[in-house]
Amino acid sequence: METNFTHHQSAHCENGVASNLLKHNGLNISEPMIFGIGSGLFFVYLPFLKVNYAPAISYRPMPGQIFNKAAKRLGLKIKRQKFSSEANAVKVLDENLKNNIPSGLQVGVYNLTYFPDEYRFHFNAHNLVVYGKTETDYLISDPVMENVTTLTHSELNKVRFAKGAFAPRGQIYYPIQVPANVDLKGAIIKGIKNTCRDMLAPMPIIGVRGIRLVARLIKKWPVKEGTKKANHYLAQIVRMQEEIGTGGGGFRFIYAAFLQEASVILGNDELQTLSLEMTAIGDLWRDFAVEASRVYKNRSTKVDVYNTLSDELLAIADKEEAFFKKLKKAIS
Amino acid sequence: MKKEEVPQDKGNLSNKNMKELVYATDENGNYTTALSSGWEPKTIALSNSIEEISERIAIAKAQVENNEMSPIFYYMEFCRMDIGVLSSYVGMWQWRVKRHFKPKVFAGLSDAVLKKYAESFNITVEELKNFKTN
Repeated sequence: METNFTHHQSAHCENGVASNLLKHNGLNISEPMIFGIGSGLFFVYLPFLKVNYAPAISYRPMPGQIFNKAAKRLGLKIKRQKFSSEANAVKVLDENLKNNIPSGLQVGVYNLTYFPDEYRFHFNAHNLVVYGKTETDYLISDPVMENVTTLTHSELNKVRFAKGAFAPRGQIYYPIQVPANVDLKGAIIKGIKNTCRDMLAPMPIIGVRGIRLVARLIKKWPVKEGTKKANHYLAQIVRMQEEIGTGGGGFRFIYAAFLQEASVILGNDELQTLSLEMTAIGDLWRDFAVEASRVYKNRSTKVDVYNTLSDELLAIADKEEAFFKKLKKAIS
Repeated sequence: MKKEEVPQDKGNLSNKNMKELVYATDENGNYTTALSSGWEPKTIALSNSIEEISERIAIAKAQVENNEMSPIFYYMEFCRMDIGVLSSYVGMWQWRVKRHFKPKVFAGLSDAVLKKYAESFNITVEELKNFKTN
């Protein structure tokens, strides 16, 4: 059986699944729109959570939050279900496909056979859509892939029940109610306000302050942890910032695209100017990635390099602080 | 990022003929999407992490061969896991998994326990028992 689902490639998996599922349900909404309304732009530094033996840094909120927030603000109803038994998880998915409902799934990346080997880590917050089933395979629309693909029944079970941090526990989700008319304007404003609040939060590990904290730590790493570890940590930052799913520059370019779209919908020219500014900030993040990669490529041991990198990041933090203050004003 | 500046470097994606989607501006400053085959700084960051893992695997292999560690430790590294991930796959406490890293304890493990590990590593119990690394 197969549902009449159309695959569109996207930059980020969660927004992509959300956008594709809503398009299927008759609500034409772009990936940047979902990202902006769901307040997807974020920064958090979690020193106590180690990913691949380096402190976790994330440029996005907790998995699932973007779609949940966007759905709430657009007045959609999403059904989410987790399972303790694998058999039940299969049953619900098959039932959905029988009823012509393509379904979003949270999965682990490690056993995704169609990914290049280098990308297969124990990362459990990937999202994809299952839109059909054959005798041996499930038909998969993975939004970060150019084309649709397949997984065998047992392969899909494995990724649905991957273990570790953020274990998906077979999570399945799909919209059950999509209103014909949505209040885009109100949703956009709520989304922007939330992002400004997050990025300017008075918490040391979140938003602009989190960026500053990491910047200061970059200076300390080579002394405290040795250059090898410092370089490993830096590589981790760059990976989180640029890896598949971010659309480049730690999501800054997607956000700029959202602001541009929003400026048209709200008739607010200032958002257009701010979109350009966000693009410039995204370019600075890209420059930071280039500089950082030079450090761990040449294995340069000068303490200086780390200071330069740290200053670069501090400059970005200052720019972002000014930016989000302006953005807050622009929509109030 | 401007559309014509979207990097098309060779990397881990282009080896598999994959391309990723990025957001970039066109000549009028309007946002559009473009495909990128890879970007060198990213490739370097990723290979840095992969190298790190290969080193860990090599060390683990030597430790198993010297009878300092059990094969479970090697396969954990080989599967890119850490103790937290492995313990949730086999459904045992971390201290228990850590104990199974000792070759002496490993030698006395029942087939039922070994099966849990083997399934998590995607290998057979025989492969786990008769450690060979090729």
